[in-house]
Amino acid sequence: MTARVSIQTEDFDLSGEVARLRLQDPRVGAVCSFVGTVRDRNDGQSVSTMELEHYPGMTEKSIEAMIDAAHQRFDIFGARVIHRVGLLQPLDQIVLVAVTSAHRGESFQACEFLMDYLKTQAPFWKKEQTPEGARWVDARVSDDAALARWGIQATNA
Amino acid sequence: MKVNLRYFASIRETIGVGSETLDTTASTLAALREELIARGGAYAESLARGRAVRVALNQTLSDEAAVLTDGAEVGFFPPVTGG
Repeated sequence: MTARVSIQTEDFDLSGEVARLRLQDPRVGAVCSFVGTVRDRNDGQSVSTMELEHYPGMTEKSIEAMIDAAHQRFDIFGARVIHRVGLLQPLDQIVLVAVTSAHRGESFQACEFLMDYLKTQAPFWKKEQTPEGARWVDARVSDDAALARWGIQATNA
Repeated sequence: MKVNLRYFASIRETIGVGSETLDTTASTLAALREELIARGGAYAESLARGRAVRVALNQTLSDEAAVLTDGAEVGFFPPVTGG
């Protein structure tokens, strides 16, 4: 069994991760994955690089707890979360969430649940480099609203 | 008692350090934050009431009413923006 959560500077390979997640598990009938990438624009400004900081220890612990919550809530077999940190460029992959289940509904839901949870509860911070200098990315109220749809009250933004 | 403080992102930048150990008599996270604000300067600026500051006790997001214990790790940081 490979780790469920990885925080790393290196890139990741979606097909390799999905292959590992469903390896030798014939119960799996559905795999749903989400990959987040770095955009070259945010809030009306062009973005040349993005630096990601996190809280080592708490990050892993909080995402492990989110995966436990996803297992309690949805009938899923496995979940894998990879989040990159350090210096990233537009087009780079930032985050992977992949989930397996017997049928598609549970995988789709658990994948979105994990992303919504991660956006507002996992201790990561993005700093963008723009033509007007570096700036910390602001949290979005819409991300709290996304988590609220699952009945979880977030007060991040 | 001694507590270990961790600062992240814009709060870390403003204060100028990522961590420090503090000898305190504060009984709650709220009281600890007040003690740090009372230092003035960058602490008062970055932890000011009314600013969006999240607090984690022993690496779990916590309400500021949470009780401090000896050796606790307390993290102060702005709203998170991962994903």
